[in-house]
Amino acid sequence: MSEQILKGLRDRDPRGIARAISLVEENDPLADEILASLDDSLVDQAMVLGITGPPGAGKSTLTDRIISKYRSQGKRVGVIAVDPSSPLSGGAILGDRIRMMGHALDQDVVVRSMATRGRLGGLCAAAGAAVRILAGSGCSPIIIETVGVGQSEMDIIRLADITALVLAPGLGDDIQAMKAGLLEVADLLIVNKADCAGAETLAMDMESIAREGSGKEKDSAKVCMTVASEGKGIDDLLAAIETVDASHRESGERKARREKAYDLEVLDWAIEMIKPSIIKKIEEGGLDRKGDPRMQAVKLLEKE
Amino acid sequence: MPEQKTYRVLIGKPGLDGHDRGAKFLARALRDAGFEVVYTGIRRTPEEIAAAAVQEDVSAVGLSSLSGAHLRLFPAVVEALKNSGAGDIPVLGGGVIPDEDIGLLKDAGINEVFTPGTPVEQIIAAFRSACETQEARRT
Amino acid sequence: MGKHSEYKDWEDKELASSLNRFPERKERFNNHGGEEIARLAVPDQIDEEYIEKIGFPGRFPYTRGVQPTMYRGRLWTMRQYAGFSTASESNLRYRYLLDQGTTGLSIAFDLPTQIGYDSDHPMAEGEVGKVGVAIDSLADMELLFDQIPLDKVSTSMTINAPAAVLLAMYVAVAEKQGVESSKLKGTIQNDILKEYVARGTYIFPPKPSLRLITDIFRWCTDHSPAFNTISISGYHIREAGSTAVQEVAFTLANGITYVQAALDAGLELDNFARRLSFFFNASSDLLEEVAKFRAARRLWARIMKGRFNAMKPASLMLRFHTQTAGYTLTAQQIDNNIVRVALQALSAVLGGTQSLHTNSRDEALSLPTEDSVRTALRTQQVIAHESGVASSVDPLAGSYFIEELTDRIEAEASELIAKIDKAGGVVAAIEEGFIQRQIENSAYEYQQEIEKGERIVVGVNEFKIDEESKPPLLRVDPEVENSQIHGLKELREKRNNKNVEEALANLSACARNTSNLMPEILAAVKTYATLGEICQVLRNEFGEYRG
Ligand SMILES: Nc1nc2c(ncn2[C@@H]2O[C@H](COP(=O)(O)OP(=O)(O)O)[C@@H](O)[C@H]2O)c(=O)[nH]1
Ligand SMILES: [Mg+2]
Repeated sequence: MSEQILKGLRDRDPRGIARAISLVEENDPLADEILASLDDSLVDQAMVLGITGPPGAGKSTLTDRIISKYRSQGKRVGVIAVDPSSPLSGGAILGDRIRMMGHALDQDVVVRSMATRGRLGGLCAAAGAAVRILAGSGCSPIIIETVGVGQSEMDIIRLADITALVLAPGLGDDIQAMKAGLLEVADLLIVNKADCAGAETLAMDMESIAREGSGKEKDSAKVCMTVASEGKGIDDLLAAIETVDASHRESGERKARREKAYDLEVLDWAIEMIKPSIIKKIEEGGLDRKGDPRMQAVKLLEKE
Repeated sequence: MPEQKTYRVLIGKPGLDGHDRGAKFLARALRDAGFEVVYTGIRRTPEEIAAAAVQEDVSAVGLSSLSGAHLRLFPAVVEALKNSGAGDIPVLGGGVIPDEDIGLLKDAGINEVFTPGTPVEQIIAAFRSACETQEARRT
Repeated sequence: MGKHSEYKDWEDKELASSLNRFPERKERFNNHGGEEIARLAVPDQIDEEYIEKIGFPGRFPYTRGVQPTMYRGRLWTMRQYAGFSTASESNLRYRYLLDQGTTGLSIAFDLPTQIGYDSDHPMAEGEVGKVGVAIDSLADMELLFDQIPLDKVSTSMTINAPAAVLLAMYVAVAEKQGVESSKLKGTIQNDILKEYVARGTYIFPPKPSLRLITDIFRWCTDHSPAFNTISISGYHIREAGSTAVQEVAFTLANGITYVQAALDAGLELDNFARRLSFFFNASSDLLEEVAKFRAARRLWARIMKGRFNAMKPASLMLRFHTQTAGYTLTAQQIDNNIVRVALQALSAVLGGTQSLHTNSRDEALSLPTEDSVRTALRTQQVIAHESGVASSVDPLAGSYFIEELTDRIEAEASELIAKIDKAGGVVAAIEEGFIQRQIENSAYEYQQEIEKGERIVVGVNEFKIDEESKPPLLRVDPEVENSQIHGLKELREKRNNKNVEEALANLSACARNTSNLMPEILAAVKTYATLGEICQVLRNEFGEYRG
């Protein structure tokens, strides 16, 4: 079994890659072997592009168009599309793929949907590993699509070398609430649905907020206008991505971000790994329920 | 608080029929029963559905068809899965399916067939059991 | 103002002119016992509120109906949707239905046709002739209407994304029969917006789709003024799971979008507005449905007047076709469906429909058999000739319950339309997913109620029996696909392909500029260019919508 998956992964067989991601996501004992088998130089070199923004802004449609462009350049593209899990049932509907089905039969487009699973951390670990597996199987760029709400979604964006924030006119108050935090993490600002009324205003708005805000370089406040549904503006967007990437590589920003992301993933994995044993202790009745819960936790960890 | 296994399934609509009320209802009902559901939307070819099922590494595939084309489309998905080395993934199907077709579909490798009026609890249970079997086979 | 002045005014104007032009079906409408049945019952005191909200049939706001005498003048059109397998088989079914007293044809096309694929397209495999008739070219259309005089029948075609092509074929067949396009009567559905949210047979993105629609409006104004150029359909929105209020709101919002698109394209409001028609669902909640039809009629009249300044009565009237709700049919104890259909049909008649399709009892299982289609038609005939409800206009008016519900549905639908306006209109609301989400949520709740047994569906979650034998089902012979493909191959060899290529090149050029597409499409179908070829040209120019 394990041989088969490792071989599949090496051969870039779709099933092998898909199984490998699942096993790592589930923290299977085979995870170590899978991750160790990856070609580090590919992982180091791959470009990871984060696309974030409110629901309905056109992230998936845009991703679909970006895939087409990179494919026409002969690149093998990976996509990790993250959707929130239902807090009630833990289930999720993963629908981003609908917009990318045009690439379904292209073996050089590897799309993987992932639910946030309401994990305590963990999401970064799982998504980070998926990024590595896709990179190790020759994908570059790797696009991470995620809704820009909630902490875990924000964290996951830190896995990206470059982050693009997509907004669209007419999405109302959501955007206002989201703008500040998201603008901070964004390297690129995209106003999609440029065919719709209000796009210009939104673009000017974003430019000025970006210029005022954070100590970012002034020229990075440029906004790309796109009409994803018609494939317009994608060339400019790719050029802008390239520029940011080159500058990040040169300035050392890329390296710095990777290091931070690395640390974050380590933390996430550590939490993932430690959790089962703590849960086990609690279940086995290791608690005397004296004092407050915080004290109990301290005691429990001392015994670790 | 034992962590329950979260199963991944794919719901697809092969063929040209755009009536996705049933497919969407089932996708949501499965989500509310704790499944992660990849939904591929309407008007997909069997090959596209199979490719998506492989990439998403789902434990089961559910198909819906209301246009009367199930006898061609459902087996075609099974076939396409086999061709991509994923013939082990169980396929379940539902829709407007005459009784006499159920046997034919099962012979063609469809695990379960649901007709109008089947309680959703029964469908969810069938998905759960298909996923459990598939998971057991894998480990 | 007393009862008499206003009532008299209506009698002298609308009623007199109507009776003058169309005498009622009988001299007197009597009950058993010989007493005369009132044409229109009205309250003793007619006040401002009555006039504003309820009024008189054939007069703004049309709550009580679009004609002063309604079914006393002419019964609704009994129109049974049919069509399956090949053109010649469907032709036989149409001629049978006409013999049985159907007064209008209603054509169902198979899915490849509806999505602009020829029968030999890879996506068409397994779908040819399944849910309707397969039409690949003018040759099929000629067979479909063989021996059916197109100046005598009114034909409704359920076709949307490629509506222009099928309309062009219809016009071309008529021409061959020696019937001028100006004599043609009928309807094309031509309502693309609801395809994006409810039915799924879209081809092109919204913008070029709206252009095709307004091109048809303009062409028909000039060449086929009696043809209904669009049937703005709530039917499928309801089938997809919406509530009654959502059905009204989304349908009228779509209507607003078409009117605006036509105005933007420079069309004259009163020229096209009277050729807009609507299509609603008659579902099981009888009184709510009656109120829904009345509310929709009033709200549309108010929208046309308030928003678009329409003046002519014909532009203000919401005329509609109704079909009973397919989604309420059960595969269990299928004879119960006959009763469901009867109640639903009754609501449509009490609500003042202009035409009606009654579903057949076995439609939840497959294509209906000839026997069940006849029973469905008989159901309408019983309502028309035995129930007595056709003898008086809007007989439920003034019921506290009905009027209150009518007000509520109108108010809630208006609110929802305002929300769509705020979101930037229907197209933006579709692109954002707002409308789809609303429908999905309603569908989910409804189904959950059934699953939990909170909503009883007779024979499904209550009053169940063990059923062994299922009735005989009609199945489409898989050979149909082969014969259709074979015919297509022959056609491509026989026709003058140089003419075809020329016509397609002209069409392609036309798609790139802004002139009307209809003449080029008409020219292309006459060369026997296929539906798939024509749609492919447009796909290349317009791109494809992805749901
Ligand atoms: N008008 C317009 N609609 C767009 C554009 N891009 C995407 N859409 C539509 O917006 C909706 C949401 O797109 P999607 O990619 O799913 O958004 P996401 O939720 O951000 O991933 C879809 O109906 C798209 O067709 C655009 O540039 N213009
Ligand atoms: Mg998305």
